[in-house]
Amino acid sequence: MSTFDLLVNGTRHRVASWDPQQPLLYVLRNDLGLHGAKFGCGVGQCGSCTVLIDDKSTRACHVTVAAAAGKRITTIEGLGSPEKPHPVQAAFIAEQAAQCGYCTTGIVMSTVALLRATPRPTPEQIKTALDANLCRCGSHDRVLRAVARAAGDGRA
Amino acid sequence: MDTTALSRREFLSTAALIVGFSFAGAPGARAQAVSGASTHTLDLSEVDAFLAVRRDGTVVVYSGKVDLGTGHRIAMRQMVAEELSIEADDVHRIELIEGDTALTPNQGPTAGSSGVMRGGVQLRQAAATAREALLALAAAKLQRPPAELTLEEGLIGAINGGPKVSIAELIGNRPFNVKLNPKVLLKDPARYSVVGRSLPRPDMAAKVTGRHVFVHDLKLPDMLHGRVVRPSAVGAKLIEVDEASIKHIAGVRVVRIESFLGVVANDEWAAVRAARELKARWSAGTGLMGDDAVAAWARRGPFARDEVLVNKGDTSALASNPKTLRATYFWPVQSHASMGPSCAVADVRADHATIWSASQATHRYQPAMAHLLGLPREKVRVIYLDGSGCYGMNGHDDAAADAALLSKAVRRPVRVQWAQEDELGWDPKGPPQLIDLRAALNDSGRISAWEAEMYVPLATASLAYVPLLGPTDAGIAQPAGQAVGLISQNADPPYTTANLKVTAHWLAGAPLRPSNIRAPGKVANCFAVESFVDQLAAVAKIDPVEFRLRDLADPRGVEVLKRCAALIGWTPRPSPAPASSSGNKARGRGISYVHYKHNETYVAVAMEVEVDRASGTIRVQRIACAHDCGLMINPDAVRNQVEGNILQALSRTLFERTTFDRERVTSLDWTRYPILRFADVPELRIDLIQRRDQPPLGAGEASSTPVPAALANAIFDATGAQMREVPFTPERVKAALREAG
Repeated sequence: MSTFDLLVNGTRHRVASWDPQQPLLYVLRNDLGLHGAKFGCGVGQCGSCTVLIDDKSTRACHVTVAAAAGKRITTIEGLGSPEKPHPVQAAFIAEQAAQCGYCTTGIVMSTVALLRATPRPTPEQIKTALDANLCRCGSHDRVLRAVARAAGDGRA
Repeated sequence: MDTTALSRREFLSTAALIVGFSFAGAPGARAQAVSGASTHTLDLSEVDAFLAVRRDGTVVVYSGKVDLGTGHRIAMRQMVAEELSIEADDVHRIELIEGDTALTPNQGPTAGSSGVMRGGVQLRQAAATAREALLALAAAKLQRPPAELTLEEGLIGAINGGPKVSIAELIGNRPFNVKLNPKVLLKDPARYSVVGRSLPRPDMAAKVTGRHVFVHDLKLPDMLHGRVVRPSAVGAKLIEVDEASIKHIAGVRVVRIESFLGVVANDEWAAVRAARELKARWSAGTGLMGDDAVAAWARRGPFARDEVLVNKGDTSALASNPKTLRATYFWPVQSHASMGPSCAVADVRADHATIWSASQATHRYQPAMAHLLGLPREKVRVIYLDGSGCYGMNGHDDAAADAALLSKAVRRPVRVQWAQEDELGWDPKGPPQLIDLRAALNDSGRISAWEAEMYVPLATASLAYVPLLGPTDAGIAQPAGQAVGLISQNADPPYTTANLKVTAHWLAGAPLRPSNIRAPGKVANCFAVESFVDQLAAVAKIDPVEFRLRDLADPRGVEVLKRCAALIGWTPRPSPAPASSSGNKARGRGISYVHYKHNETYVAVAMEVEVDRASGTIRVQRIACAHDCGLMINPDAVRNQVEGNILQALSRTLFERTTFDRERVTSLDWTRYPILRFADVPELRIDLIQRRDQPPLGAGEASSTPVPAALANAIFDATGAQMREVPFTPERVKAALREAG
């Protein structure tokens, strides 16, 4: 058993893992009880498990707990809550930008990363930034509207 | 009377257990019978099966239909609220319990766009009957005739004032004991104040903040994580397991039941690694035909039987008419391709079991689970919890069976989540379809005769449920046969034709285990019919919209076609477009229309595309859709479904085909089974027609059906190339361009 110090949503956690190669996703979901990041493909192709590591959109299924140790990790739970949503989350609620919602938290995280780096993205920049996030229900159009709304609010 | 005896203690312990794990918001967590202390009726003729009022006046709705990301959670509440005079601001206070075999009536599977159309309509009738019963109770209490009373915000009183009585006081925590009144007076749609409004979905905030509880997130005390090792080939038998191959992973237990092989562990990552690294020896599989052989197989058979579905007038002249037009269309095997692999949690005890599943049909699979566990049906409770979106039966029922088998073996609650290769590889697939069309025009360019011959897998009559993977491998008998959904509808054109014949050549098997996939069969049939209609219009040299409108009798169909054409800015002229000289890029527009199942929702879809002749790539620039599903309970929820239908059908048309060799599926990730991405999303223009005076119809499927033909027709308009096989890959586009000259 090795231990790792994780800084998640501003709180330091010491977690133990028998395998330093364990993906961060399992630690977030099972050890820390943060189930907003979802297991999709396990190989970094779909974006359902997206979190921010040092403000960069990162696939939690594809980064090991060892590699994540010591870095600043933000999960969807660290943005806002149903009662007090983050502006990007508020924009998604305003546009009702989800169907099943399984991919949605990952898309929200990628949107936050985009708007932190590019506060006023063009429609093409939005599509490019989200292109590695897949959605099967076809919520894309209202997601694009939500991102544009959040960018218009300029508070990501 | 179908009454399930419920132990109140059992419910309370379930509730406490989940609350203890901070899942207080989980559907099913708080679930308990309200009316009656020890029994709760599931009888579809009883109001109590659908509705209860708590002591505090809260209305509880029991819905057998579930929300698959479709917005039912708000729509069902709105339908009930309207009849019970609950204000829009209070709609979210209605409690909704979904898809729980112990608590919700069996309203049939959530499939076929039946959620609102049938399930919601039943709830509405129950609510209206409840209102009638409440007014009668109040009349007795207040000593006034019911006709003089009115229900508002949970209080009943005389219209002209005086004392009031609350519904909580009248019926709180007590059963109605009233039969559903089929003739109950429903609220006049002209007075609707809740139905017809785009109220926000109650689950949206939780979904975008990561607080929504999916079945993937359920955690029970003592729960183990399980993974299943699927055979190396379809039908392969397990010969030998080398447990020493995973001895470097601590705390893993291997479960083997004949050819069913799984692992369980306290630690999820240990289970994942063990499943990947466990060495097993399998026999050869039972053999697949390979994806390239499917079209030839469909034409060759073996066939179970032929069936003439429509036969009107006389089409025999088509065989000898030199001007008869012929075309063959092919739709490949496709996956539901859910974003998250299927997951389920089972807690199997010695004499009862609880299974949390994302099933579209908890009631249908309750006997399946009971059978594989060797328990009486009433001792198995299946509770719906949200999964990753499904569009027909994906892997969720198989995952539930896997969890049940593992939990029974280890006597602990087990959560099973599939890997992505399990989902794309082993989910029951959308079946292939081969369609031959023949038609001729008369002297005025109208369809004189039409024949359709479909080569499609036969649905087994009265199949109890789709045979499940885990129990099959475990040697537990499963129903023999297959399900495909109603795949033979809409192969006859919606335009008046004197001579018409539709024949289904029912194939006895299928290349891979099939199930229903969104708008079963109708997507491919409408692709064939509406593409072929444009071929006929081109021969007649008539504008495709005009060609359709000339022989379209139904005014609601006419309206969606006209509105859709207006929305895309349609300029009438025959297709193909006059050749343009702008290099390799060719632009065109196409339209397509469906009257879903010939008796449900009306949809027209048009699109504008640009085709790169050199590369064969298609760029869809704009899609317009006009949609009439009768009364819309929640227009934004309908719009969400229509957007999703259009984009998913576009994905299926442009990209999707399950590949498989002689042993197993090979399109196991998102590079080999690509789906639509954000960069592919065109501009959408959607026109929803609200018809308050009409019954509500389904919105979950219909608008996917005209999409493939609208795209094919736009490509034809742009280039003269005829796309007759899905997906429209660049190679196929280039081949069609060569054929068109």
